[in-house]
Amino acid sequence: MTATSIGEFAIIACLLFGALFSVVGAIGLVKFDNPMTRLHAPTKVGTLGVGSLLLAAVLHAWVYGDGSMHQLLIVVFLFVTAPISANFIAKVSIHHKTCETPPPPAKDKTWATLDTPE
Amino acid sequence: MTPDPTLVDWTIRFAFGAVAVAKILSLVRLIIGPTTSDRILALDTLTVNAIGLIVLLGIAQGTSIYFEASMIIAMLGFVSTVAYARFVLRGDIIE
Repeated sequence: MTATSIGEFAIIACLLFGALFSVVGAIGLVKFDNPMTRLHAPTKVGTLGVGSLLLAAVLHAWVYGDGSMHQLLIVVFLFVTAPISANFIAKVSIHHKTCETPPPPAKDKTWATLDTPE
Repeated sequence: MTPDPTLVDWTIRFAFGAVAVAKILSLVRLIIGPTTSDRILALDTLTVNAIGLIVLLGIAQGTSIYFEASMIIAMLGFVSTVAYARFVLRGDIIE
């Protein structure tokens, strides 16, 4: 059990994890029945699926080549931008009234942080 | 790639097939999607899967020269998703 074979098994585990999460997210995108639930599945493709594939690319570069870490930049970029785009798509769904509107806020007169006993 | 395929090579081929199936399913949602948000979401998922395919190509060829291409596709995919959503929400992209 050399270090190269341990690295190979780590690459295989990351590749299988990322590929399976990509397929699962796409199946969820097709099979769910409601726009807001459909929004839930493909966000996993962006974070877990492609994140694992890029981690496998980093491990592959370290095991077989001279090592490079700059694939992690794409992981960081995807992790930062995925919630923003998901929020914009949810706003589009609310704008077209294709989902249930959120419940009205409670009829409080003051802020919760100010509502303390004297 | 070595002439005799190892276990890593077979896993890379399986991952290529899996991401291709994911892209086909996203295309199905892009075509049948009843609402606009479904279509924007399907295009976003297609972009993310394209990044995955380019990264797999870089692993299969053992190079890291595809890093810039996948970085540019990640940035343009995010900007295009925000542009679609802003066009639907505001009727204009840059006000």
